[in-house]
Amino acid sequence: MCVVCGCSQNNRLAGPDLARPGAAVSGSASSEGPQIDPRSGDLHYGAGAAKVSVPGMSQARAIRLEQDILGANQRIAEQNRAHFAAHGVLALNLVSSPGSGKTTLLCATIDALRQRHPALPVAVIEGDQQTSFDAERIRATGAPAIQINTGKGCHLDAPMVAAAFAQLHSHAQPQAHGHEHPHEHGHAHGHAHHHDHAHGGPSLLFIENVGNLVCPAMWDLGERAKVAILSVTEGEDKPLKYPDMFAAAQLMILNKIDLLPHVAFNVERCIELARRVNPTIEIIQLSASTGQGMADWLHWIEHALGHEHDHGHAHAPAAPSAAEQALRERVAALEAELAQLRAGAVA
Amino acid sequence: MHEASLAGGVLQLVDDTAQREAFSRVLQLRLEVGQLAGVEVQALRFALDCIAPGTRLEGAQIEIVESPGLGWCLGCKQSVTITQRGQPCPLCASHLIQLTGGMELRVLDLQVSDD
Repeated sequence: MCVVCGCSQNNRLAGPDLARPGAAVSGSASSEGPQIDPRSGDLHYGAGAAKVSVPGMSQARAIRLEQDILGANQRIAEQNRAHFAAHGVLALNLVSSPGSGKTTLLCATIDALRQRHPALPVAVIEGDQQTSFDAERIRATGAPAIQINTGKGCHLDAPMVAAAFAQLHSHAQPQAHGHEHPHEHGHAHGHAHHHDHAHGGPSLLFIENVGNLVCPAMWDLGERAKVAILSVTEGEDKPLKYPDMFAAAQLMILNKIDLLPHVAFNVERCIELARRVNPTIEIIQLSASTGQGMADWLHWIEHALGHEHDHGHAHAPAAPSAAEQALRERVAALEAELAQLRAGAVA
Repeated sequence: MHEASLAGGVLQLVDDTAQREAFSRVLQLRLEVGQLAGVEVQALRFALDCIAPGTRLEGAQIEIVESPGLGWCLGCKQSVTITQRGQPCPLCASHLIQLTGGMELRVLDLQVSDD
């Protein structure tokens, strides 16, 4: 089954591929199999060279498609994004492996936000394979929560979030939302309600994805940002072991730092590895259970919400990083090249 | 596991196209999967084999074109080939690489039959 996240065994020799005459199109037959490290015996999938395919000899019709396989999800994610924007909702997609402390962090965050911003509506969409335990923990804080059980699925997708968001509206309108929808919210997309009504202000939607550091990286839910949570009990090399997730995340939260004295976890190395796969990733260290570092996280949320709040210091625009500076130069160079080519084409 | 969802996405695209183009089965399907797309090609093949029976994909020959991972190295200011995320530039060992290719995940084309 999942040779990627390792949630099930997959014996390559038992797979149907080798029995298929069409499996090896050209190039080496092993290009889809794992590369085996001669020293350690480690298996590296996906290391083969890019293959060239051979067109079929059939006289049947050919149809050129060139469409993204995730296109259907992407379209609904964009609808979600527009919907969230129209409702003033900041949606954050929280991703991590199981047991990193996502739900504990969420409960602590909701409690702290209630102190700092009593009028700010906060709602949660909880993704798990089964049970409503997490949604119940969130509801115990007083915040509305909708549980999505994915069954055998290992990630949330955009249609699930669209449906859950509609449920939140019809079942648990966050307090102080400032308006009533005059119609049933059980709609699918293609709805016709107006988005230009006045809102009481921004609100916050946390989407707690299924605990899995692999699959959720690929599914856009319409969120503003993915927030990857890594706890110090897990191992500092996870950003490099699961690079797609840390590359997709805008923020990495290093959780359970109160346990650092008891575990062998090198924070600096963890941060260095995260920046290898994502040079612009932001990093916050905190402990949801002791509250240490929570202020940084709340601050981050406030900035994402666009809150004008008094927190005792002015934010000078951050100096661009070396990476950003180099990228800007590259963009400028490419733009100049393009302008030259255009001028040449006109002349 | 997510390869099963992706296989479902491929089948959906095929079915949508069949509605438009009126064909009964697919003889050959070509997919493009970038090396940095986060997809295990072997698992995707397995998932496609599993869902094909009883659909328009039954018996189809499936080709998967793996496009190479490419990035713009900010260290040596040139385009380099990257086989996995987090890998340093093969030329200057910098980790400041902006990926520019290899994230593709597309159905390229199909050969179809009406019989």
